[in-house]
Amino acid sequence: MTDLLDVKDLWVRFPTRKGRFDAVRGVSFRLGRERLGIVGESGSGKSMTGRAILRLIRSPGQVEASHIRLDGENLLDKTEAEMRQVRGQRISMVMQDPKFSLNPVMSIGEQLTEAYRLHARGGRAEARRRAVEMLEAVAIRDPERVMRAYPHEMSGGMGQRIMIAMMLIPDPELLIADEPTSALDVSVRGQVLQIMDRLVQDRGMGLIFISHDLNLVAQFCDRVMIMYAGRVVETCEAHKLHEAQHPYTRGLLNSLPRFDAPQNRLEVLRRDPAWAAAPVKGPVA
Amino acid sequence: MSALDFEGLNVWFGEGRDRVNAVQGASFKVASGESFGLVGESGSGKSTILRALTGLAPHWSGKIRVMDRELDRGKGRDRAFYKSVQMVFQDPYASLHPRQSVDQVLSEVLYLHGFRDIEARIERLLDDVGLGSAFRFRYPHQLSGGQRQRVAIARALAPEPSILLLDEPTSALDVSVQAEILNLLCDLRAEHGLTFLMVSHDLVVVAHMCEHIVVMQQGRIVEEMSVSDMRAMRVTHPYSQSLLEASLGYRRAQL
Ligand SMILES: Nc1ncnc2c1ncn2[C@@H]1O[C@H](COP(=O)(O)OP(=O)(O)OP(=O)(O)O)[C@@H](O)[C@H]1O
Ligand SMILES: Nc1ncnc2c1ncn2[C@@H]1O[C@H](COP(=O)(O)OP(=O)(O)OP(=O)(O)O)[C@@H](O)[C@H]1O
Ligand SMILES: [Mg+2]
Ligand SMILES: [Mg+2]
Repeated sequence: MTDLLDVKDLWVRFPTRKGRFDAVRGVSFRLGRERLGIVGESGSGKSMTGRAILRLIRSPGQVEASHIRLDGENLLDKTEAEMRQVRGQRISMVMQDPKFSLNPVMSIGEQLTEAYRLHARGGRAEARRRAVEMLEAVAIRDPERVMRAYPHEMSGGMGQRIMIAMMLIPDPELLIADEPTSALDVSVRGQVLQIMDRLVQDRGMGLIFISHDLNLVAQFCDRVMIMYAGRVVETCEAHKLHEAQHPYTRGLLNSLPRFDAPQNRLEVLRRDPAWAAAPVKGPVA
Repeated sequence: MSALDFEGLNVWFGEGRDRVNAVQGASFKVASGESFGLVGESGSGKSTILRALTGLAPHWSGKIRVMDRELDRGKGRDRAFYKSVQMVFQDPYASLHPRQSVDQVLSEVLYLHGFRDIEARIERLLDDVGLGSAFRFRYPHQLSGGQRQRVAIARALAPEPSILLLDEPTSALDVSVQAEILNLLCDLRAEHGLTFLMVSHDLVVVAHMCEHIVVMQQGRIVEEMSVSDMRAMRVTHPYSQSLLEASLGYRRAQL
């Protein structure tokens, strides 16, 4: 059986005034109809990995890979026009910066209905009805008002939820969600995760879930990839994340504040240059 | 003395059928030197309270006092206000100008607030937030989400304010950087007697940072509690109960 996604030896490079900077260094993984979490410290290349799959790295950044296959088709061989099709229909990405990715001068209702009509033929009324339904699904309290509102009139968490609603409209085969719930309180987050979960379980969508929340990823995903300095340093089953071996992963787990045990200072990660060079541990994804 | 005092604060946007009563009758006091947490549902009005205080939400009624001085509703905030009150915004993307490098952002703020040893201060600020001078000449699009947030924190610290408003300051950060930033904030508070008003959806972070907490739902404050009440689950409102249970259940299941 071919994997939904198969990424082999992915590099993302930027020229800088101090020479070339490799933001992603030889990342390989495969994804089935499952939930794959990507965790790792700030700047470790999580977002760049997600964007590179969609070929959304802005120049002068460059993407190289042996292949990035979606259902067996190499995305690197596609023309820009074909990629636009892939982005609109088959892979959706919820960007880390929700308000940035919404059109600031178009009402949220217009944007959602337009997204629906691009995807499914059907009348304006039908599109509108679906848009309101999507907003309700992501726990927006007053969908009618929000339909008429503009992105800057939304709270941080509402912006995130609207982006998620928008990205789910095309019914993608693969959803790349970059910190999609970082601004949500636990109850709303639960509802949003449930929607994504249902799409994976019922419709066989693949999900790449980028997050810095280790507990969340441990609980919500099937597998986790831990990135450090542009590389995957460890891959493990999500429910075993707390048994992870790599000192970096252990360090991450120890930096979490504890509700039951107040501390004066939080433990800080002591980074070891060897981590950036060390070979990958754990089963190859 | 209270550093911040909100009395019967109402904040609204829009009119007619689009009117949103984002904050309704909110009252609370933040003592000088205290760290105060604001938690609650997404869309419940937390950021709006901070925005009303900094003059970014024009329609409000009630009273806001900063260091016992009542704010004037009609007027904007002057430089003296921003020297003492600084804000770290929830959205690090929107809060940095795309065409300004890190160096420009920080020099401008430092210059505006009358500092002259700008070089040394920029280096120090970048170190404090764990970025280091390698990032000094980068533009926002050349930074990751967490790196941008740290620039925003450095900018807020630059004028050496006495009151810091922190809107989800670490929700874009991984836990190791979060630990560094939270430690930094604690140190600064201890050294300079800073006052924090902090919004976060992460109850564990709030419990770590704050002595007092209010819980908001649909524009209203539904409960105020001390951190020891919170840790002991001594809360009465059903929403705060469910919020606590949900955050704990999800931690406990794992730890
Ligand atoms: N245009 C650019 N030029 C140079 N370096 C860049 C550019 N864009 C991104 N980078 C660097 O690439 C690295 C990886 O960035 P990426 O956005 O993937 O990090 P991330 O893991 O998503 O971090 P975060 O959790 O903070 O969002 C970062 O160190 C960032 O500074
Ligand atoms: N400029 C604006 N125009 C119209 N409505 C607004 C504006 N800013 C905020 N609102 C509305 O006010 C309400 C409260 O928003 P606020 O940003 O304070 O929420 P929040 O508690 O910070 O939520 P989150 O945790 O999701 O950031 C929301 O319903 C929002 O849509
Ligand atoms: Mg990122
Ligand atoms: Mg907010």
